[in-house]
Amino acid sequence: MKLELRGITKRFGALVANDHISLTIEPGEIHCLLGENGAGKSTLMNVLYGLYNADEGQILLDDTAVTFSGPGDAMAAGIGMVHQHFMLIPVFTVAENVMLGHEPTRAGTLLDLPAARALVREISQRFGFEVDPDALVEDLPVGVQQRVEIIKALARDARVLVLDEPTAVLTPQETDELMVIMRGLAASGTSIVFITHKLREVREVADRITVMRLGKIVGTASPTSSTSELAELMVGRAVDLTVKKDEPQFTAKEFDVAHLTALDALGNHLLDDVSFTIRGGEVLAIAGVQGNGQTELTEAILGLRSHVSGSIRLNGTELVGSSVRKVLDAGVGFVPEDRQKDGIIGEFTVAENLMLDRSTGNPFASGLNIKFGYLEDFASSAITEFDIRTQGTDTLAGRLSGGNQQKVVLARELSRDLQLFIASQPTRGLDVGSIEFVHDRIIATRDAGIPVLIVSTELDEVVSLADRIAVMYRGKIVGIVDATTSRTTLGEMMAGIAA
Amino acid sequence: MSNPENTGLLVPLDEEIPAPSRSNELMREILGGGVVRTLLALVVGFVVGAILIIATNEDVLASAGYFFSRPSDLLTAAWNAVSTGYGALFRGSIYDTTATTFAEGIRPLTETLRLASPLIAAGLGIALSFRVGLFNIGGGGQLLVGAAFAGFVSFQWHLPWGIHLIVAIIFGILGAALWGAIVGFLKARTGANEVIVTIMLNYIAVSLVSFLMRTPILQAPDASGNPKTPAPDATAQLPLLLGDGFALHLGFVLVVAATVLYWWLMERSTIGYRFRAVGLNANAAKTAGINVGRIYILAMAASAAFVGLAGVNQALGRNTGFTPTIDSGIGFDAITVALLGGSTAGGVFLAGLLFGAMKAGSPAMQVESISPEVLGVVQGVIVLFIAAPPLIRAIFRLPKPATNSLIKQWWRARFTRGQVKK
Repeated sequence: MKLELRGITKRFGALVANDHISLTIEPGEIHCLLGENGAGKSTLMNVLYGLYNADEGQILLDDTAVTFSGPGDAMAAGIGMVHQHFMLIPVFTVAENVMLGHEPTRAGTLLDLPAARALVREISQRFGFEVDPDALVEDLPVGVQQRVEIIKALARDARVLVLDEPTAVLTPQETDELMVIMRGLAASGTSIVFITHKLREVREVADRITVMRLGKIVGTASPTSSTSELAELMVGRAVDLTVKKDEPQFTAKEFDVAHLTALDALGNHLLDDVSFTIRGGEVLAIAGVQGNGQTELTEAILGLRSHVSGSIRLNGTELVGSSVRKVLDAGVGFVPEDRQKDGIIGEFTVAENLMLDRSTGNPFASGLNIKFGYLEDFASSAITEFDIRTQGTDTLAGRLSGGNQQKVVLARELSRDLQLFIASQPTRGLDVGSIEFVHDRIIATRDAGIPVLIVSTELDEVVSLADRIAVMYRGKIVGIVDATTSRTTLGEMMAGIAA
Repeated sequence: MSNPENTGLLVPLDEEIPAPSRSNELMREILGGGVVRTLLALVVGFVVGAILIIATNEDVLASAGYFFSRPSDLLTAAWNAVSTGYGALFRGSIYDTTATTFAEGIRPLTETLRLASPLIAAGLGIALSFRVGLFNIGGGGQLLVGAAFAGFVSFQWHLPWGIHLIVAIIFGILGAALWGAIVGFLKARTGANEVIVTIMLNYIAVSLVSFLMRTPILQAPDASGNPKTPAPDATAQLPLLLGDGFALHLGFVLVVAATVLYWWLMERSTIGYRFRAVGLNANAAKTAGINVGRIYILAMAASAAFVGLAGVNQALGRNTGFTPTIDSGIGFDAITVALLGGSTAGGVFLAGLLFGAMKAGSPAMQVESISPEVLGVVQGVIVLFIAAPPLIRAIFRLPKPATNSLIKQWWRARFTRGQVKK
């Protein structure tokens, strides 16, 4: 099916999220929509999917204008969408999930589960998905769950498939498998819109590339363009994607984790005998697919978890059993993975957020009085030093873009006297400019002789920042390897195969 | 579906996209802001009250019978009914225009201040809990416990003039704080829901204090088996502010001081900072090393302490003994006051005054044979509209408030944080 968007404009108040976007997707084409966070890709797709009404412009399917008042209309017209966050019910089987919303029935009321099963099996075979219709979704690996989402769309006869950042949750191998599937679908005539900000994937799979920036289409590119050309189009200026760093200069500081084990309330192992050492002046990056114990590891170090055994020593001082306050006071700087949930208070001003982990005593308070004058000065200089784009120190942090929120967190954590710096998913959801900045600050911290622990599910980030890489799988460390280790090996380790 | 905030989908937020013009945004903000909304809620409340007054007025009903022959009679009657009713409210709560002397004239105003005092104090307490993300509906119990402690000191101990009053006040406040701290402790330790715990503690407080009022600890010698306390010693009574002609006592001054203290605590102090941090995002507060459990205990104690001041005001602002009904609904009205006042010091103070005025004016309206329940409906409608902003926006077709409020920023920069921009 040929999909055409003509002059789509979508405004939120005075903000123009989509500015006269015109786009044609030919049948059987893999069309990449490339752009940074906030470029307007998701808004455009939500217009296409009937979630938003466009203020101007038209959607044409096979040269016929259509209007959608909701996702139901879009689905009926043959548009399928796989969201970044899966819309599956974990305790249902694959077949039950696929039929959800348009259940086949017998005799008017009885669910026809065999029909749904047969449908899943048929689609699965046609495209080589290898999905068991009777498996519970919660038992399936993330990559297979994603295929269930794709089957859901295909079961509703989707002929245009929108994949919104589909590779964010996948291992490199799973990503490769997804690309094979995408090519198979395209070959059978399905048009695919592939939304991403990952340049490597774009070049590998796309037939055509459209680059969006600030709500506008800024250009189209062929898959043969170099990554730096694509990045330049995306950001609007030349960017340096490599992180420059010298050989590590070790210092006497040492962070040592030994036999760390953490249990959940039911006694299941979240962390299983985790051991590693980071010396001052080096970066150890934890790689792994999301949900393999990385979050629990940082929480255990910070003192946010109970049921933790083993030892965590910072310069010889034991931290297991200490309160968060004591851990922070021992000189641990922490950038949490979910900055909106754990890192900032959106309804506080930028200045107020900067004193969040030092809310009593020096330097921001004398007695019970907050020294607002000092805080104001501190915030002003932090805004300058960390290039936080804000109207002022009294702008609410929730109003800043993700990159600037992350800079607020960094400014707060790096302004203390640190003995250890932990950053979890430090650049998740950030634009390229902010990523460069955050990476530079991390390396600067390392070069100041502080042990640095990075947790990231982005392999590119791990490889470019790390001096050594520890790969986690199901709560265990599969191995600790040198940063020069090949991606294939790292990918295998992320799937649990020891190097 | 035009509002991106409600969908949970990615909202484009890029600082380089041009901002809307300042004047346009300012207009939108004024219309969408809390102050206009509050004022309109007041208007709606009083309009509903007026409708009730008209609908139950005898003259109106009589003239409605021949409405089609002389419609002006009905309108005149309706106007008269409403102006008589609200005129009585004004005379009863602010200035008595029929009085011969000025002192007589302003007596209603002093009554308003007196009746508003406990509402403001308890309102501040409930507001504090709201700011910490807790829903303290145990105001009644905390008020009663505060009154019991203050009362105990006021008639069981016989201390010198001055010291006696101060000790009684402190005991009342501390007693209530202790009662509130139980809630915080249970929440912090066991995760118990503070709504359930405060409701149950209300029952316990009433029964416990009633029980004690039948024992020598709190019972007056002449109470003959009824739960009633002795009158406070003269040394422990809150002194009258304007002489014998007026009932207004020192309690009002204490409440003004409490309002200032609340402002300082919430907006300027490190304690209030942590209260607000926990209330807005407990996860981030915890990650930043703030002991959330300890904050819950401290916050519930502080919340109940303010409510306790209301109890003190009730127990010591009299020269007779009191019974377990001394709360008389103040503990619950305080929730309304806190909501109406937006949980800020100034807002709660004004909301308390408004409710105090209605209390003071209600007898005067009754004289004009308007039932006091009309004012109850007015209060209810006001709060309903405050609590449901989309409702009033729909009625008056107001724009949604801008998330990045210029007025709020301006206000924060100057007052809330007390910081004048350089």
